[in-house]
Amino acid sequence: MADAANERIQGLIENQDVFLFMKGTPVFPQCGFSATVAKVLNHVGVEFESFNVLEDAEIREGIKSFSNWPTIPQLYVKGEFVGGCDIVREMFETGELREFLSNKGVLKSTA
Amino acid sequence: MTRADRIRAVLTETFAPEALEVEDESARHAGHAGARPEGETHFRVAIVATAFDGQSRVDAHRAVNAALQAEFDAGLHALTISARGKG
Repeated sequence: MADAANERIQGLIENQDVFLFMKGTPVFPQCGFSATVAKVLNHVGVEFESFNVLEDAEIREGIKSFSNWPTIPQLYVKGEFVGGCDIVREMFETGELREFLSNKGVLKSTA
Repeated sequence: MTRADRIRAVLTETFAPEALEVEDESARHAGHAGARPEGETHFRVAIVATAFDGQSRVDAHRAVNAALQAEFDAGLHALTISARGKG
């Protein structure tokens, strides 16, 4: 089961440059922390896909061991784990997030 | 001993912090997913310790989470972390 979950997670984060595991969806988030990250990503204007872990127990548990990170949301960029809500918010506030996404080539040029 | 006390004790012992704040924010999340009637589910930790010098944010947060694994296993649901080195 753990291997199957890992394979599915790997597939998800490899197929989309910016991927967010969250509770609920960007439009209907079901947790304040997930809502914050989705809002930040929308604000910086980066395209992302998300996965609602509340609809999939295997991924919901699997993602925690996959990244060695006990909580959700979790943000991945180009297959790499970036952080949870606090880290994303901190990076956004310091301006690092935009720079990071831009360096990764996933941020469309902003005026 | 409250969960906040236990969190404070574990973090103090593990990281010998220069500064440490632990706040129980459970009341603010009452009724949300993960909240429990008895509370003690949502906490905020701000910690400054030389142990985090030179560590990435992810590594620093992982270290804090790992130190508190027993609390996660016992019903801690969400932990807002600010972890900084001294350098």
